[in-house]
Amino acid sequence: MTQQYQQTQQHQQNQHNPSSQSSQTPRPCKLALEDGLVVVGEAVGYHGETGGELCFNTSMTGYQEIFTDPSYHGQIMMMTYPHIGNYGTADIDMEADEPMVAGVVVRAFSRRYSNAMADESLEDFMTRHRLVGISGVDTRALVLHIREKGVMNAVISSVDLDDDSLIEKARKWPSMEGLELASRVTTKEAYAWSEGNGPRIAVYDYGVKRNILRSFEARGCAVQVFPAGTDLAVVKTWSPDGIFFSNGPGDPRSMPDDIEMVRAAMTLGVPLFGICLGHQLMSLAAGLDVYKMYVGHRGANHPVQNIRTGAVEVSTQNHGFAVSADSLKEGVAELTHVNLNDRTVEGLRYHAFDGFSVQYHPEASPGPHDSQYLFDDFITAMSRKSTSA
Amino acid sequence: MPKRQDIKKILLIGSGPIIIGQACEFDYSGSQAARALRDEGYEVVLVNSNPATIMTDPVTADKIYLQALTPASIKEIVEIERPDAVLPTMGGQTALNLANELHQKGYWEKMGVEVIGVDIDAINITEDRQQFRDLMEKIGVDQARSRVAKSLLEAKEITQELGGLPVVIRPSFTLGGSGGGIVWTPEEFDKKVMRGLELSPVHEVLMEECLVGWKEFELELLRDANDNVIIICTIENVDPMGVHTGDSLTVAPSQTLTDKQFQIMRDAAIRMMRSIGTFAGGCNVQFALEPATGRMIAIEINPRVSRSSALASKATGYPIAKVAARLAVGYTLDELPNEVTGTTSACFEPSIDYVVTKIPRFNFEKFEGVDEELSTQMKAVGEVMAIGRTFNESLQKAWQSLENGYAGLGADREESSRLEIRNRLRKSYWDRTLQIRNAFRMGASVEEVADVSRVDPWFLYQIQDIVAIEDRLSGLALSQIDKDLMRLVKRNGFSDVQIAWLVADDVTEDEVRAHRLALGLKPSFMLVDTCAGEFPAQTPYFYSSYETHSESPVSDREKILILGSGPNRIGQGIEFDYSCVHGVLAAKELGYEAIMVNCNPETVSTDFDVADKLYFEPVFWERVLDIIEHEKPKGVIVQLGGQTALKLAARFAGSGVEIIGTSYANMDLAEDRGQFSDLLKELDIPYPPYGRARTPREAIETAEEIGYPLLVRPSYVLGGQGMRIAINKEEVEKYVGQIWKLLPNNVILLDLFLENGIELDVDAICDGEDVWVAGIMQHIEPAGVHSGDSTAVVPPYSLSEAVQEKVRTYVRQIALRMNVVGLVNVQMVVKGEDVYVIEANPRASRTVPFLAKAMGIPISNIATKVMLGRRLAEFRDAGLLESKLTGYAVKEPVFSWDKFPEVRKELGPEMKSTGEAIAFIDDFDDEAFKKPFEMRNLYLSR
Repeated sequence: MTQQYQQTQQHQQNQHNPSSQSSQTPRPCKLALEDGLVVVGEAVGYHGETGGELCFNTSMTGYQEIFTDPSYHGQIMMMTYPHIGNYGTADIDMEADEPMVAGVVVRAFSRRYSNAMADESLEDFMTRHRLVGISGVDTRALVLHIREKGVMNAVISSVDLDDDSLIEKARKWPSMEGLELASRVTTKEAYAWSEGNGPRIAVYDYGVKRNILRSFEARGCAVQVFPAGTDLAVVKTWSPDGIFFSNGPGDPRSMPDDIEMVRAAMTLGVPLFGICLGHQLMSLAAGLDVYKMYVGHRGANHPVQNIRTGAVEVSTQNHGFAVSADSLKEGVAELTHVNLNDRTVEGLRYHAFDGFSVQYHPEASPGPHDSQYLFDDFITAMSRKSTSA
Repeated sequence: MPKRQDIKKILLIGSGPIIIGQACEFDYSGSQAARALRDEGYEVVLVNSNPATIMTDPVTADKIYLQALTPASIKEIVEIERPDAVLPTMGGQTALNLANELHQKGYWEKMGVEVIGVDIDAINITEDRQQFRDLMEKIGVDQARSRVAKSLLEAKEITQELGGLPVVIRPSFTLGGSGGGIVWTPEEFDKKVMRGLELSPVHEVLMEECLVGWKEFELELLRDANDNVIIICTIENVDPMGVHTGDSLTVAPSQTLTDKQFQIMRDAAIRMMRSIGTFAGGCNVQFALEPATGRMIAIEINPRVSRSSALASKATGYPIAKVAARLAVGYTLDELPNEVTGTTSACFEPSIDYVVTKIPRFNFEKFEGVDEELSTQMKAVGEVMAIGRTFNESLQKAWQSLENGYAGLGADREESSRLEIRNRLRKSYWDRTLQIRNAFRMGASVEEVADVSRVDPWFLYQIQDIVAIEDRLSGLALSQIDKDLMRLVKRNGFSDVQIAWLVADDVTEDEVRAHRLALGLKPSFMLVDTCAGEFPAQTPYFYSSYETHSESPVSDREKILILGSGPNRIGQGIEFDYSCVHGVLAAKELGYEAIMVNCNPETVSTDFDVADKLYFEPVFWERVLDIIEHEKPKGVIVQLGGQTALKLAARFAGSGVEIIGTSYANMDLAEDRGQFSDLLKELDIPYPPYGRARTPREAIETAEEIGYPLLVRPSYVLGGQGMRIAINKEEVEKYVGQIWKLLPNNVILLDLFLENGIELDVDAICDGEDVWVAGIMQHIEPAGVHSGDSTAVVPPYSLSEAVQEKVRTYVRQIALRMNVVGLVNVQMVVKGEDVYVIEANPRASRTVPFLAKAMGIPISNIATKVMLGRRLAEFRDAGLLESKLTGYAVKEPVFSWDKFPEVRKELGPEMKSTGEAIAFIDDFDDEAFKKPFEMRNLYLSR
């Protein structure tokens, strides 16, 4: 995790027995919001201090996937489901090499876990990865607070318990709006994820979730992952059948170079597919507008309607920015998917080039598998291209 | 797709009398469905033989047939009503089987009636084990290894194949798993297999790989005509496989599945639902998971709403039955709004930010010689649900809801011995979580308890945490508990009673409460909103916890609090919920804000559409008082919720809370045998000689004085709990001993038993000045059979006009003398021309809904309005008190004997029936009268 952003400090870490039981005296910890609200709880995971935008996720399972999702880079993740840690952690549930969230807020942390498939407790996992957390706080009250006041920055600390000092730190924390973060989580070097006889997919990594790569791999694709900002010419030399723009953190409007790159890719004549941040970049490149939402969508239960078929997919969502539905009037893209709760844009097919993108997460992990057909659609598009070529 | 226009009239089939395995959850789902369909403009014709249901009220359907649920009677109704469609998925297995039977005969097709809400051709697949197996294999869902046996020999062979005992037997096509179970030993093998073969209508049993100790999960699904499927709720059973899910302690959502495991389960559930035909409606799927390997297998699928879907609706706030009914008439999920938020879509999967615990309620004490061990055949008579922010809190609240004397998960009495705890844990019993707590209290390790009980360690860790808090408290004086510790304790669900018991000094519950309030700790009330707070919600559905922010604003309207009747049990069943619902509706009609408090997820009263505000909370003193202090209602109605609510009346009276209707002093008068008899003496009303006893010696002396046979019973109980007829001194000694073992310090009542008398039940309403005798019900069985177990006929079929007049006069005198405001039930025995009063209870009785249906008069509604100050004269003048009954109405008790094969069928003063049916007859040649009349003496015992 990038040190300049995640200002964790090692402090009195219990090296030998971090997961000892409730008999252990809880270490006090505080969560301070930039609007002055301070709540007290107990420290879980790594003992230290951290800050970021406080957001919440309503998934009742899948905490490890969420904590390691690069799209959450730099955010403090509050889980609405009270018991977190119940089934421990396992290597197969990693969506990146390490946790990506800046901190964790829960109501009732399970230091002890039960699942034969698990490798270690969430407590040990967080400690090992220097992930700071707070437990025992009224998460529901905080969710309602954010719902009303909008997302805001916050600081968690078990080393500084002075309210005023913490509020000040939260206020000074850089705002998410206008922040480019993809460069902090993208791969340093290009690498091959999978060799396959199927279509060749070039992945622009803005913080790609592993399950996206696994989803392509499962369909026999050859997947090559490129760092964000890789010159399109380099990608071309790999001769991809399609280009995928990944999910990732940050404000897409602060990524002019990447948008330019996507725009150039549109002229290559290969199918393009984007998820989440990739979807927003494709929209911006096509001339659509993106705005920051008052409260984002983060959960695994959002209904998305496929406008072509009428079918509804229960989807995994994780975004604080969205494509403006008003900007669709220009006619650059067809709305293919819409959120049934608030009618926000969930999917687009572009007119000027062979490409589609979705705001939500068909790779799930965590979440329902209802939308996996989108990966098939992309493969179909690439196959169509190669047969017609 | 919008709703269908080609359908105008829909027949809805109910589930009939309450039996074990099929209870009032189907009144809840049926009423919801009927209301939803009516809201959509359809004409709803409803058939059900159970009078104690809201669904059979004029408020619910357009046309109601209170008729037996038989093919013949359905045909009769169809011929008169000519419905366009029939919806058979809201009435449990009874309705589904009926619809299936008529379908097999080609009846629906012949009559042009479309079956909606289920693919009728697919029902057999879900009911027939072999077909189900084949289908699962086809769609790639793993199964327990099994094979159908048609003979004992075949059963033995298959058992060999499966690797020997233990093995599970499941007779095909039986309700609630009748005759099913695990065979552990060769000794019981022959008997159990033969019984299964006999019980199965097709004489087949499935011999199945024993999954005892696996984890069990249940998913509730909805599907629309566009094939969209959503999962409303995932339920995890704390009791491992081997215990029927209806008998299991369950929690929602699942606690121990990783997301990957859960999604595999979700995918399989969706595939399974899609594999059983194309239909729009609800469905329930059960899975087992082997903890060590993660191997997941499908157990069963039910293409209808179920007990679990009622639970899931209450647990999440998502009204499954209502939505399922709309889907059945053509709507798709994306067209329907989430009624809880009002702004978002119904096509989503609820996310909850609390934990729900369900504990089944049993009535083993009613059945002598019963095998209390839980198995794959359901034995519970009811259930409670509790909501807390954590598992610990909801578990303790659920224990507080059970109304079997517990103030939480133990910590309110001495534990049983180490040996007994171990024995209780070795097999499956209803109190498993309590025994786990006891084991931890004795120092057992999680490994030991997990090994013996097979309960997932995660749940054990939580219970161990509860015990750790107990340990912290036991060394402290109450005054040493500071705010932080008190908050921790309360957040773990401990009641003030438990805290009082745990702390080192001798303090009362009230002192704990005072200390807690002085620390500034009150519960906050949170909204059940389907979405974990993501969107604002409108539905006034609340639960309590010790959090920082309360979401239940108090209005400035005048409020009436109605206390519900808690878990269903024998003697206090759906009848009381019926009265509570009408109480709520009546209070609303008079302009009050009606607030409901109840903890029974099966009921209509806990439908968040019914009251202005619903608190899903234990009907437990502390929790009720918390709500009263928050809402400050004008008063509390206690006379509708049976004994549950009534028990709290004394404490209300003591704490200045107004009781609406008959005052506490007058209610207590009825329970105080001495005062009541003085009253009768003063009114010159005959009563059998009686006495009271506080000690065994007093009991014998009194008995000898009164003479035999003698009715022995505890005071302050319902349903004749512990009541016996004694014919000599030894029996009196034995029975009082039994009562005091169960209810220490109870004042035991002894009455001379009037042999060969005719027993009567009378319900009346009194407004303080005027009395209306609603009806006299004459029992067919002789006195001595509990009134709840008797066949009752209204009007009386063999009483002279003079006797009837005497009955009315006595009831009037008693009601006025007791200053009854509201309902009163009087039980009498007639010998010749003499009428003896046995008891009078100033509250809603079990017979009120039957009488209301028999005469077509909304008795509970009128009674509630009278409690709230209306005069009987208003109703009389408006013609509302006139009976519409022609001929006779018969109330037939219904038993669940088949669930307890080891128990001898006998009737006595202790109630044993679980439900009732109503029949309307013109004369006494009718089978509904003739059969019970001929058999009236058959089962009488002591």
